[in-house]
Amino acid sequence: MSPKLSIHDALRTRARNLFQYTEEAFDEVFGGDNNPWRHLGAMAFFFLWIVTTSGLYLYTVLDTSITGVHESIDWLTNQQWYLGGMLRSLHRYASDAFILTTLLHLAREWAFGRYYGFRLYSWVTGVPLLWLMFFSGIGGYWIVWDRLAQFSAVASTELLDWLPIFSTPAARNFLNPDAISDRFFTVLVFIHLGVPLLLILGLWAHVHRISRVDHFPARRLALGTLVALLVLALVKPAISNAPADLSIVATGLRLDWFILFIHPLTDVTSPGFVWMLLFSGTILLFVLPLLPHPAPKPVAIVDAPNCNGCSRCLADCPYAAVTMEPHPDKAGHKIAVVDADLCASCGICAGSCPSSTPFRSQEALVTGIDMPQLPVTLLRRNLEEKVRRLEGATRILVFGCDHGVDVKTLESADTAVMSLICAGMLPPAFVEYALRGGADGVLVAGCRPGGCEFRLGDRWTMERLARQREPHLRRNVPFGRLRLAQASSHDGKALAEELRQFRTQLETQAAARPLPYHRRSAPS
Amino acid sequence: MIKPTAIVGQIILYGAFAAFIGYFATSPTYHQIPDDAALIKLSINHLGDRECRKRTPEELEKLPRNMRAPMECPRERSDITLHVDIDGQPVLRTVMHPTGIAKDGISTVYKRFEVKAGEHQLSVKMNDNVAKPGFKFVKEEKVTLAPAQVLVIDFNPDKGGLFFQ
Ligand code: HEM
Ligand code: SF4
Ligand code: SF4
Repeated sequence: MSPKLSIHDALRTRARNLFQYTEEAFDEVFGGDNNPWRHLGAMAFFFLWIVTTSGLYLYTVLDTSITGVHESIDWLTNQQWYLGGMLRSLHRYASDAFILTTLLHLAREWAFGRYYGFRLYSWVTGVPLLWLMFFSGIGGYWIVWDRLAQFSAVASTELLDWLPIFSTPAARNFLNPDAISDRFFTVLVFIHLGVPLLLILGLWAHVHRISRVDHFPARRLALGTLVALLVLALVKPAISNAPADLSIVATGLRLDWFILFIHPLTDVTSPGFVWMLLFSGTILLFVLPLLPHPAPKPVAIVDAPNCNGCSRCLADCPYAAVTMEPHPDKAGHKIAVVDADLCASCGICAGSCPSSTPFRSQEALVTGIDMPQLPVTLLRRNLEEKVRRLEGATRILVFGCDHGVDVKTLESADTAVMSLICAGMLPPAFVEYALRGGADGVLVAGCRPGGCEFRLGDRWTMERLARQREPHLRRNVPFGRLRLAQASSHDGKALAEELRQFRTQLETQAAARPLPYHRRSAPS
Repeated sequence: MIKPTAIVGQIILYGAFAAFIGYFATSPTYHQIPDDAALIKLSINHLGDRECRKRTPEELEKLPRNMRAPMECPRERSDITLHVDIDGQPVLRTVMHPTGIAKDGISTVYKRFEVKAGEHQLSVKMNDNVAKPGFKFVKEEKVTLAPAQVLVIDFNPDKGGLFFQ
């Protein structure tokens, strides 16, 4: 690996740790589902909806004549502060929040290394959205046609003129007041409607390849955020600067630094530098996924005789990699088909397949959909062996996940551990199988809510084990012998404590246990 | 049930979020130029001159009837020389080239000069035909600029050539 790469990796690891510690601190206050850091994409969407709805109202009252535009916007703030003024403020502040959360979303995906392989598509479709986002934002400020709009219009055209696009400088359009016509605003509004529309289209493409998109924050988070913005709008309503006057320099401006930072940046550097920054930044984002990365893991494989076409894998696959097609051997039945380009190699489908039950009698357990790197037959064999070797008064089997706490640290004579690709890979029947095979309790350690490397694994595991989702844990398994833990990779201590408590619970509160199960054959 | 400490924490964090957004949505105030400065913008779009030649009657005779223009002009336009002095200091010496592959397009310039507000002696000289020596267009004037005022140096043959506004 080249030294340059490892600097990048070191930087990324630091950023990842920073994100992780921050979001774990937020868990204490918000709880997992309402933790904004784990739902930045959903937050960005939420802000965009606020911007869109408030924008539609603003559009209806806007007077697009050169003399009327500033006045009609001021009217909202002064005469109709309770509705138009509030919506105007929301429109502005939600735009800023949209930009902020989108940039954080990008930074977080980068920090967690989620920009290559099966995520390439999401990453690459995200990049152009940045341009559309800032383009929309800057255009929005022009519409007000106050000094800030004037400043931005002049500065933007001067910046554009550095590129060899126009035969005559575009900045000439803002030399004097006569240069502006009513038509200018009609075009402006048109652009300010059109570009965000493109942005929404682009977003559709961005999330098109994943299923069950987290596109709206949990209720409490959405409400809390909305209230925060409303309070801000009340305390500090958005107001215009003085009307534009092209015969003077617009200076001493209340500048929106989230959107218009590019102008001061051009002033302290140069147009050439800013373009270099924008283009090289964009190119860098595009080529980032092309850097050398760990080789992709083998993708899920369907076994036709063991697939009955139930579609559970399709329902649970977080990356929409499964489709159902006519079964080649069973007339009238369907079969799951995996698109290798989309597959994240997470194994969640193996956990969802009804054929993944370890109680089947074949020596080699073949399920409907399986992971070559950790097939369920290997899982079963490991489980049998590990449970058999357990000793002590209270024998516990811990299922962990490669992306969470390293469960090996918990291994001991009375504690067996098994790490899965994702906790979502665990077929619930394996819990029953372990208990009937001799374990006194099973601890399943998934990640913190919303923290799944593969988006949905934690959710499906919890729901399956709580008997709210197929395939569910059978009713003969008493909940007293099962413990679910939500732990991130930093939660080693907490998980050890959870294990200790679980053991005490098993020792002090007698829970029923399922009947012992007679194995197919005595393992050697 | 949410713990009371969590509620307090949430209020603080939502407040911090709103404050962060609210602050940087308008602050810090931006001054593009110092308070006592004014701006001179030079913006000229002009089609350079070209060397035309009067056709002789014999030449005209040879041309098809519908093409008998009395002057023969090349497509190519001349470069334009431009000098700007502020208070006797040369701030710009430039040659503007015609645009277009055939060099038949207009020449343009756009420049900003930041100056202190107050009185300034401006001198702008332009020659749109480099084949001829000297400056065809000259504008020299003492101007008084208020703070933040924008003075535009432009060119329009219909307004008598170079002008300030
Ligand atoms: C313009 C605003 C954007 C919005 C509203 C947005 C929204 C979203 C949403 C809702 C998801 C799905 C998250 C989930 O369900 O787990 C997502 C995924 C993703 N986004 Fe964005 N996004 C935006 C911009 C970007 C940008 C600029 C990038 C990076 C260049 C980016 C990179 C990604 C990646 C890599 C994923 C895949 C995450 C995964 O597979 O685990 N997004 N985005
Ligand atoms: S391994 Fe994961 S991404 Fe691939 S098909 Fe199965 S559930 Fe979908
Ligand atoms: S869950 Fe298993 S049986 Fe059902 S469709 Fe998928 S592979 Fe086939």
